[in-house]
Amino acid sequence: MPADRVVSPLPVAKAPPGPFVAFFRDFSENRAALVGLILLSLLVFVAVFANFIAPYSPYEQFREFTRIPPAWVEGGNSAFLLGTDEIGRDMLSRLIFGARLSLFIGLSVVVASMAVGIVLGLIAAFAPGWPSIVIMRAMDVILSVPSLLLAIVIVAIIGPSLTNTIIAITVVYLPYYVRLVRASAMQEKTRDYVTAARVGGAGTLRIMFKTVLPNCMAPIIVQAALTISNAILEAAALGFLGLGAQPPSPEWGAMLASAREFLQSAPWIVTTPGVAILITVLSINLVGDGLRDALDPKMRRS
Amino acid sequence: MNAPIVLEASKLARFYSVHRGAFKPAATIKALAEASFTLEAGKTLAVVGESGCGKSTLARLVTMIEEPSEGRLVIGDTDIVTADKAALKRLRSEVQIVFQNPYGSLNPRQKILDALAEPLIINRKEMSAADRKAAVLDMLKRVGLRPEHANRYPHMFSGGQRQRIAIARALMLSPKILVLDEPVSALDVSVQAQVLNLLVELQESLGLSYLFISHGLSVVRHMADEILVMYLGRVVERAPREKLFEQPLHPYTQALLSATPMADPERQRERIRLKGELPSPFNPPRGCAFHPRCPLAFDKCRVDRPELTWHGETEVACWAVERDARVA
Repeated sequence: MPADRVVSPLPVAKAPPGPFVAFFRDFSENRAALVGLILLSLLVFVAVFANFIAPYSPYEQFREFTRIPPAWVEGGNSAFLLGTDEIGRDMLSRLIFGARLSLFIGLSVVVASMAVGIVLGLIAAFAPGWPSIVIMRAMDVILSVPSLLLAIVIVAIIGPSLTNTIIAITVVYLPYYVRLVRASAMQEKTRDYVTAARVGGAGTLRIMFKTVLPNCMAPIIVQAALTISNAILEAAALGFLGLGAQPPSPEWGAMLASAREFLQSAPWIVTTPGVAILITVLSINLVGDGLRDALDPKMRRS
Repeated sequence: MNAPIVLEASKLARFYSVHRGAFKPAATIKALAEASFTLEAGKTLAVVGESGCGKSTLARLVTMIEEPSEGRLVIGDTDIVTADKAALKRLRSEVQIVFQNPYGSLNPRQKILDALAEPLIINRKEMSAADRKAAVLDMLKRVGLRPEHANRYPHMFSGGQRQRIAIARALMLSPKILVLDEPVSALDVSVQAQVLNLLVELQESLGLSYLFISHGLSVVRHMADEILVMYLGRVVERAPREKLFEQPLHPYTQALLSATPMADPERQRERIRLKGELPSPFNPPRGCAFHPRCPLAFDKCRVDRPELTWHGETEVACWAVERDARVA
């Protein structure tokens, strides 16, 4: 009956999709990136709630259970899912706390090198003449030394510890950010909207950080995502060489190093940290690739 | 009665030094030389010429994006060459610019509200956020946009709407002079007319002076009070609008006029075709810069450069015009 008909409300004008919605649509089109994101979220969850998830303390030694193989292997003990190491510490707990360390290292390196890199890169782009020359040549010097060697030298000078590892890797990755920021800022600053802001009275600092920087962020974010995994790898390498986190701490590289001699007799002590590094780096790289595809307009298919 | 003069340029010049490679000496390009003109309050001065004639350089000098290499530029009653920093800062808000390409002149990461409020945040620090927002919405209405547009990003607008936004941004500081650097040449013809009408309306209601830069005479016909024709960095003819369209004196102006399409198939015109290309600014021709392409060129044009001289209401730099005037 017509009388029953409900007058449908006027269609609400739908705002066009915001940049974030469009970005997520592009991102989730890439299956591998989605898998990477799920893995990475899992890792982050485990790292954040390590205290509640890990069955034991990473330092607790069960003297009567040294070198127990994983639970599903013959001779395994269901109390230690991934077995125990050479002095009876639970491998699973150590790996879980190691995830926290590794992600912390990766994140702090990226944040530190990105922050310093953005400032130096913008200065290099906006102050032609000697500031630019000094900054860029210093970056060339850093780039000319193999990255791991440079990290080793820096750690050797300031002493081995977790903080110093972070500082060393930050310095190693600085040039990539400085060059990236400088290149995109130089390109952006010739655009009309920057001139318009200047005619509107904006000072150089405002133009650097409020006008130009937001338009340079896409490649910087991609670089950041890809640097996290490299930083984790370098930190593990330094740990393996005994220059990073020091032995009792459950850093994956250090765990690899201390278990090296048991490769034949107790392979799980060596392989599990290796697999953990592999999964972490892989998932971060997948997410990074997805980010690049979604943020780079040249790769975007419409 | 003459309106007060808001902008006066005399012998304005801008040189660029350009590196041409490792083994060649740096060259100097005279992008603009000896440009003199005045702009009266509420009037429109059009600058016309083909690409590379120095009209955009002129726009950059007048908006103080670049400093003149030589000459004097007086805005209001302040000479910008000798002015101190505080005076320059005050002058900045008197002259604003609208760029040619509305796709490059708006910050893609800035909402329209923020883009329009930014000049106020910088220059009117005492203004409250609510007042700023009210001013922005009011300006959006003035240029024919709706208040809900304020929270959108530039990529959600068409070219014509973007140009309206660019005009609104330029007007936020209530400038006296608006430099329009080919404001409609990137737009569709139907949209061009809308934007031009908007500019005329705004000029009347706000008493603005326009420096209107264009590469063709057709757009300028409806806007300009006075027209400067430029060629290779120099002014070749300056005349009131009616005079220039009725009786162009310089052969280059005549050629430009004959290239302007007209919607009247009955009217027969002689087409003047210019031969050759615009000469390289690295190596401008001796004498009159226009002589290699000029149908009237004679010996004197190849040796001496003509100066601007008065012929009635028109100022023109051409030996042929001068010779004819002397004969007559």
